[in-house]
Amino acid sequence: MTDWPSKKPADLDLDVSSKRSFGKGVFRKCDACDATLPAEAFEANFEVCPECGQHHKLSAGRWRDLLLDDGALEEWDAHLEPSDPLSFTDGKAYSDRIASAQKSSRAKEAIEIGRAKMNGVEIAYGAFLFAFMGGSMGSVVGEKIARLFERATAARMPVVLLQASGGARMQEGILSLMQMAKTVGALERHRDEALPFISVLLHPTTGGVAASFAFLGDVNIAEPKALIGFAGARVIETTIRQKLPEGFQRAEFLLAHGMIDRITSRLAMKSEIARLVRHITRAPVFEETRASSPPPSG
Amino acid sequence: MAAYVLPFEKPVVELVTRVRELRALAETDPKFVGELRRLEEKAGRLARELFADLTPWQKVQLSRHPNRPYTLDYVERLFTDFQELHGDRSFGEDAAIIAGFARFRGESVLIVGQQKGRGAKENVKRNFGMPHPEGYRKAKRLYDMASRFGLPIVTFIDTPGAYPGIGAEERGQSEAIGACLASMARARVPIVATIIGEGGSGGALALGVANRVHVLEYGTYSVITPEGCASILWRDGSKADEAADRLKMTAPDLLRLNVVDRVLEEPAGGAHQDPDAAARAVESALADALGTLRRMGPGELADDRYKRFRKLGAYVA
Ligand SMILES: [Zn+2]
Repeated sequence: MTDWPSKKPADLDLDVSSKRSFGKGVFRKCDACDATLPAEAFEANFEVCPECGQHHKLSAGRWRDLLLDDGALEEWDAHLEPSDPLSFTDGKAYSDRIASAQKSSRAKEAIEIGRAKMNGVEIAYGAFLFAFMGGSMGSVVGEKIARLFERATAARMPVVLLQASGGARMQEGILSLMQMAKTVGALERHRDEALPFISVLLHPTTGGVAASFAFLGDVNIAEPKALIGFAGARVIETTIRQKLPEGFQRAEFLLAHGMIDRITSRLAMKSEIARLVRHITRAPVFEETRASSPPPSG
Repeated sequence: MAAYVLPFEKPVVELVTRVRELRALAETDPKFVGELRRLEEKAGRLARELFADLTPWQKVQLSRHPNRPYTLDYVERLFTDFQELHGDRSFGEDAAIIAGFARFRGESVLIVGQQKGRGAKENVKRNFGMPHPEGYRKAKRLYDMASRFGLPIVTFIDTPGAYPGIGAEERGQSEAIGACLASMARARVPIVATIIGEGGSGGALALGVANRVHVLEYGTYSVITPEGCASILWRDGSKADEAADRLKMTAPDLLRLNVVDRVLEEPAGGAHQDPDAAARAVESALADALGTLRRMGPGELADDRYKRFRKLGAYVA
């Protein structure tokens, strides 16, 4: 467990640091290069800055559009909702926090799972919703990830899981820690059937999510500059009493230390994942034209 | 070892000390035996009364008590023929986790446990029981080996958490912990874990994916330290007592949430007042658990462990 993200869900909904109106169009400023561009330019490019390539946060719906054939997900277990097993309150009751997260994110919990296709490959797909309480893993997230692997095992499908999470959900206490064991157990049963797991690490992936299934992919892929690590920067700085080096716990740092296989731009992610799965499953190369035209006769 | 007394322990410590003195007397002079029995009975009752109302935060302090028995104190009392094994085979040796073969009632087992140090010097060596990736990779290597050779795995959990540092991140603390969870999930042998002190988050769970999980009466198990929780929630680490209450991290809570299977009663005043008695409680629970698990086949054991964790959690379907 690491830092609980200190931002409130409302802040997290903003993909780009500032939105401003200039005349009739809405303009937005890139987090990294300060380019100010029409908002549509960011949206059309899946929140990747057209000037410098900075990856801003992308909503679950846009991830579906980007990665899945026809943007279509046949969702599983969407009805599962969190409860409040510890009657937890920190001034604001956990049940109230759930209600406001559900309202602002228009989702029941911090993950969606289901069946989909990527460049024709059938996959079991999961994606964290960072906007829902920092993508933290409580009982529902743990349960849905376990079901994702179990259903994928039964249907003999690869699993592609997009992670963006601050770690375990503190408000569910020790039960959230137990989700780490539950999910990894389900993953190992999937692995036993020689079915691939592609772990996609987005910004940020830390704490209990990092320390359970995140690094156990057959292939681990990260987005450029994504923050990925076990302990939060503040905790480390307090412990060792020194400033952390530039680029610490970023995707490039992890690649250099041998913890991930590849860093991939969001815009190339779909073909990247589909090619990996085709290699692992020894399927033929995907050809765009064949997928859109009728199968050859004879 | 230097005596260290928490404020709320004082009355109990005084009683326990008197019992100890009288016991020494009774050993040489039988006329004290009757008085010893009476005082023991009284001390036990009083200690139980005084400790009945401990707050969660006081229990956290007991779980971290510097005089509390650590893993090697149990190893010495519960096992024979201990042979320690070292190293992760890729980077180094981590003394914050001890591991090795030993015999439990004659039968060979693998022991893995976090080890805190006594005093400043040993704590530097043991890193206050906070493992680096090397410690977890040593554990993982030996879990795999035990599973291969059919040796039951006995773990002792006692850590504030995995170490948060630069080297730990560079060498993949997350992956090392995740790999332990996977290895324990796959193991085809009985696994019994006992939380003897602090069960700090993922760094503890890396020794905790067991068929049976026991906790000593004043042991704790939590997703985050109360200090960490308080500093996140209220930006104030000094509200740790309040956080300890909210986190439901004490033995009775853990039992109620099915996170542990058994709470082991500690001697009057806590395990550190009578490590031999604490060890007897751990031993007898371990013998029960291993006895039951020994009757299961390798596949059954992995299934039993999966089912145990599969049902943990609370949600609305
Ligand atoms: Zn830019």
